[in-house]
Amino acid sequence: MTGRTYEQSKPLMTPAQTAALDAQRRRARLGHNLRRGSIYALAVLLAIWILLPIWLITTMAFSTPTDVRAFPKHFFPIPFSTQTLDFFLNTQGILNSTLNSLVVALLALVISTVLAIPAGYAIARYLFPGRDAIRLGILSVRAFPIVVLAVPLAVVFIRLGMFDKVHSLAMMHAALTLPTTILVVASVFTSVPREFEEAAQIFGCTRMQAFWRVVLPLAVPGIAAAAILTFVLSWNEVFAAILLTISNRTLPAQILYTLDKSGDPFKFAGGFFMLVPSLIFIFFIRRYLFNMWGQITK
Amino acid sequence: MAEIVIENAVKRFGKFVAIDDVSLTIHDQEFVVLLGPSGCGKTTLLRAVAGLGMVDSGRVLIGGKDVTYLPPKERQISMVFQNYAIFPHMTVFDNIAFGLKMRKLPKETIRERVEHAAKLLHIETMLERFPGAMSGGQRQRVAVARAIAYDAKVLLMDEPLSNLDALLRLEMRAELKALLARLGATTVYVTHDQIEALSMGDRIAVMRNGKILQVDSPTRVYDLPTNQFVGSFIGNPPMNFLRGQVRRENGTVKVKIGTLLIAPPEEMQAALGSYEGRHVYIGIRAENMETLDRPADDTLPVKVEVVEPLGSQNLLTTYVEDNMIKISTHPDFPAEVGGQVWLRFPISKIRWIDPETGEAITPDMETILA
Repeated sequence: MTGRTYEQSKPLMTPAQTAALDAQRRRARLGHNLRRGSIYALAVLLAIWILLPIWLITTMAFSTPTDVRAFPKHFFPIPFSTQTLDFFLNTQGILNSTLNSLVVALLALVISTVLAIPAGYAIARYLFPGRDAIRLGILSVRAFPIVVLAVPLAVVFIRLGMFDKVHSLAMMHAALTLPTTILVVASVFTSVPREFEEAAQIFGCTRMQAFWRVVLPLAVPGIAAAAILTFVLSWNEVFAAILLTISNRTLPAQILYTLDKSGDPFKFAGGFFMLVPSLIFIFFIRRYLFNMWGQITK
Repeated sequence: MAEIVIENAVKRFGKFVAIDDVSLTIHDQEFVVLLGPSGCGKTTLLRAVAGLGMVDSGRVLIGGKDVTYLPPKERQISMVFQNYAIFPHMTVFDNIAFGLKMRKLPKETIRERVEHAAKLLHIETMLERFPGAMSGGQRQRVAVARAIAYDAKVLLMDEPLSNLDALLRLEMRAELKALLARLGATTVYVTHDQIEALSMGDRIAVMRNGKILQVDSPTRVYDLPTNQFVGSFIGNPPMNFLRGQVRRENGTVKVKIGTLLIAPPEEMQAALGSYEGRHVYIGIRAENMETLDRPADDTLPVKVEVVEPLGSQNLLTTYVEDNMIKISTHPDFPAEVGGQVWLRFPISKIRWIDPETGEAITPDMETILA
């Protein structure tokens, strides 16, 4: 229908035409509602898919060991008890490996951040020979799962005699997270307008001073997000940790090692204990993750 | 003294020549506007003066000192950026004080200078605020205050008003002009807005394709453009260009437009004589033609095609042969679409243009001096 005939027919519409138009409109609205409804249904399903195990683990972690072993499982932690968690925390090696995990994660965070800042800045700001090749290299490293990367890396580490030490595992984790961190930090630096740096230079800064006084403060939130990501990755990483440590196990390695020798209460409590730090960190950095992925937040 | 001298500056980006052998001298305390369409090299030239992009060859001197390859901080310059570039993580006070702190001035001096600059820009009540909580116009004021407080001998401005809405731009233009006149810094101001250039500059350097086409006072750039591009880029409406045929009658050179014969002034005779039998363009501003509502001597009858009442003037569109011309008339002038008016071309207001090069035909110097 051309615009012109529409204009002419509008005041002259017969009741039949009006009815047809109404029906058409109703169908359109129904279709729209259906699409919306199915998207919401899908979202709810996905949320349940993720939240149900988390809820189950949490419930079990706060139930008595007897209740944990019982079947069917409770849906709420009644009676509420920290007995299961207490048992887990007092198990031989758990406290020690928690401390190891903490040290490894913090060290990895520091190493990876300190290296990623200059690397990310260079990629964001300078046109140097091989820049695209380096970017592509970093990106392609990310394409491999950690398991694939960890084996050859572990071989190198063992050959160099760097194993079963907290700092060697930290370096391993830093190496594994570095590609991600560099790319995130580079994108953070790219988002700081070049004009800020130039203005700083006009008003008396050298390039270095402009970086310290203007660029870095503006990039800190994003860099912190990348650092926390490293922390979480290191905290959760188990494969390299098992390969590289024997006596100085990190928490996930320790749990995995003792998993088949322990009962359900230990497993649930361990799962809960591993889960919580990641959830807390993700909660704090989700804003930066959204920014990173280009989502527009209100 | 802060005279800026640019000598044979060349800047390339790959194969693209952004500045093509440009030389320009900006006198101490002068306000020069670099004007041109986007991509003409005006910002590149400004950045070469600022030290944010070094030239590939040529020299830049500020106050007699060769600064061609010095970093910005050693050039004694100050700058206002197009997007203001106010640091979002600092308060307005810290933004304005930034350069002064870098110079390690005493705290008291910094406070005085910041407050003085803030007062000049009427933002003295906002010193504790962060830029994020300010409007575009206010941020613009902070950027100018920061540049002023730094108290450099040279002030560079890169399209400082282009991000403001029309009304605010108008207001800020006058305020900025008055302020800069008081400061007496040598100012280089980049803009693509010809009205801004005409209204603010002591001199205007019109640029195109990396070259400076003309450097002159606003009136001269407006009335006496040295080529067709300058005439059509500056002024609203742009300068009219009519084709005229050059012929010789009774020993004097005449130019014929339609049915009208124009006798060029004495000093143009020799120069235009060399175009005999060919065409030239007659460049004339819309408001420089005399419009009559009845036939008279030395007038050209034209048919009015469009009448645009613009309040202070009526803009008529007509055609002479194939050339569209715009005529500005008094709002009371009786003109109707389809009606006829008669145009007179005052000889002193005509710019003669070579149709091939687009350059203005200049009078023979010897005839003038004789």
